[in-house]
Amino acid sequence: MKVPTLAELTARGESPEVVFWVGCAGSFDDRYKRVTRAFVKILEAVGTKYAVLGTEETCTGDPARRAGNEFLFQMQAMNNIQVLNGYGVKKIVTACPHCFNTLKNEYPELGGNYDVIHHSTFLQQLIAEGKIKISDASSFKGKKVTYHDSCYLGRANAIYEAPRAVLEALDVDLVEMKRCRTTGLCCGAGGAQMFKDAEKGKKEINIERTEEALSTGALTIAVACPFCMTMMTDGVKNKEKESEVKVKDLAELIAEAQGLT
Amino acid sequence: MISQLVFILTLAVFTFFIRKRILFISRGIRLGKEVTLTGSVNERIKNVLLVAFGQKKMFKRFIPAILHLFIYVGFVVINLEVLEFIVDGIAGTHRIFAPLLGGFYGILMNVFEFLAVAVLMACVFFLVRRNVLKVPRFWSAEMTSWPRLDANIILIVEIILMVAILTMNAADQLLQTQDASYPQTGTLFFTSFLIPVLQSFDLTNLIIIERFAWWFHIVGIFAFALYVTYSKHLHIFMAFPNTYFARLEPKGQINNMPVVTHEVKSMLGLAEASNTNAVPGRFGAKDINDLSWTNLMASYACTECGRCTSECPANLTGKKLSPRKIMMDTRDRMEEVIKSMDAGGPGLSDGKALLGDYITKEEINACTSCNACVEACPVLINPLEIILELRRYVAMEESGSPASWNAMFQNIETNFAPWKFSTGDRFNWANELK
Repeated sequence: MKVPTLAELTARGESPEVVFWVGCAGSFDDRYKRVTRAFVKILEAVGTKYAVLGTEETCTGDPARRAGNEFLFQMQAMNNIQVLNGYGVKKIVTACPHCFNTLKNEYPELGGNYDVIHHSTFLQQLIAEGKIKISDASSFKGKKVTYHDSCYLGRANAIYEAPRAVLEALDVDLVEMKRCRTTGLCCGAGGAQMFKDAEKGKKEINIERTEEALSTGALTIAVACPFCMTMMTDGVKNKEKESEVKVKDLAELIAEAQGLT
Repeated sequence: MISQLVFILTLAVFTFFIRKRILFISRGIRLGKEVTLTGSVNERIKNVLLVAFGQKKMFKRFIPAILHLFIYVGFVVINLEVLEFIVDGIAGTHRIFAPLLGGFYGILMNVFEFLAVAVLMACVFFLVRRNVLKVPRFWSAEMTSWPRLDANIILIVEIILMVAILTMNAADQLLQTQDASYPQTGTLFFTSFLIPVLQSFDLTNLIIIERFAWWFHIVGIFAFALYVTYSKHLHIFMAFPNTYFARLEPKGQINNMPVVTHEVKSMLGLAEASNTNAVPGRFGAKDINDLSWTNLMASYACTECGRCTSECPANLTGKKLSPRKIMMDTRDRMEEVIKSMDAGGPGLSDGKALLGDYITKEEINACTSCNACVEACPVLINPLEIILELRRYVAMEESGSPASWNAMFQNIETNFAPWKFSTGDRFNWANELK
């Protein structure tokens, strides 16, 4: 499988239906690289004409902006917008809610106007269009799964149902945590917390959230964000439950159900 | 005649002091920066109707929402009766609307009494929740002695005012049977239970009781109205403008800084020729005048209910950050600055600032920008906006961000990723697919 870059497509005089914005975690974090690959396999399997930016992609600037460094954020944003506008990009899909939020809500004011969609919504659409068919013999059928809302999808952008619709399509037994949707508890990594230690307190946020997820009795914790993935995985390890309880991204679950792994 | 003069004088004195206090607060709010309102007016009006008038967000927690609804409806409706009090007070009449409204007056009085009893009960429940059940959000760190006392004063005063109005009605019921000059109201359901208590008093004493309760209630209302302007209870008015001016953008979107856009564009050679020589102000916020006037107004719309703090992941796990404290500190600093300015003092240049003297870096650094506080607020206050402005000041004016954040900034500058990975390796994830 050869992942097409936007540069190659453009050189051939072609343009993709959608640009897959991989994000820094999706590019560099070993765990999330698996999600990136799972999503690419899905794109290939359904025959979506896509492309990635490859080495031309850079950080959206999200953590810089949230940590207060507006200069750095805008430098990153302007550079990315120049690249995207240079290619005439219209539609972007990304598996990172932070990239999603920044590209969708914060780039327009700086001259970057794209139709930006998170991969949970994208997957939901593929399922609705019948491009992804889950067979009755789905390996997830009836399995207990809990979904951890990402703040940047949920409260930040009011996307609560798309990820759940993807899980329902897998016919899983979706068990909700008490704090879900609008009252979902953060994993602790947003707002640039991913890049520093937590302030002094009595507990780590991800432990609090992991305990809540484990208390549902679900053996799969579904996530839709690279930072949530890290925090929940660490939380499960901290509770020494990693052999029974798996933290999985929605794209991985779909890819597995499709036998794409 | 004398009583009319006394009433008018009392009304004038309270109007004077309330007006003075309103001007004081508006001077404070106007210290904030201008904001450009975006989005549709309809959307804003919808927020006022649903969230402020309709109490929509209160109902995320049902029990306090119902109790609060009684007090809210009671406040709005019983104020119609206060209108009659004021007309009677000025004109020297007694229940001027009774003959005009006929039988309907009695119905209205029964409704008012029902609400008075409901308010009374709700206030008792609230006192129990605060002081006996000790609901944790009323006892966290920033709920020091004054905020706790303030809350109790409000509830107790409301109970006393309701008792006054019920006593007055009960005495009036008896007077109607003994003196034909008292307009007939018909039977009032709730106060009929109080009549046995008052039955032993003679006519003179009943008149004294009725008059005392009347004066107590109306002067109590005036005094309470003045007190409200010094109290968290000001939310009863400020919630309305606050829901109107609340941001309409998606919660995840952080306000842009056009000043920075201009500078970055000129650095990249993208800037349009601009003849604005305006010196950019401070980047981010160090003190209240760096915040927007809507942020400052929001601090007066806060009634310290603590729903924000009770859902804040940082606060839940024992960090110092409390979104409620951010709003309380903003308000307290504003009060301090205006007081100083009014006294001819240094005002903003008193050597203190919101950041440092009120809110510490440890607090703002703990925020995950998860928007739980914003979502939780029943009147659409946004503590996150203030936190992010303070962080901007620390990062851009002081270079005082935590060391790991500075390292992250450096990584983005040099490797275009927040981690220390080389740009050339960015596409390596695809190698395993080949």
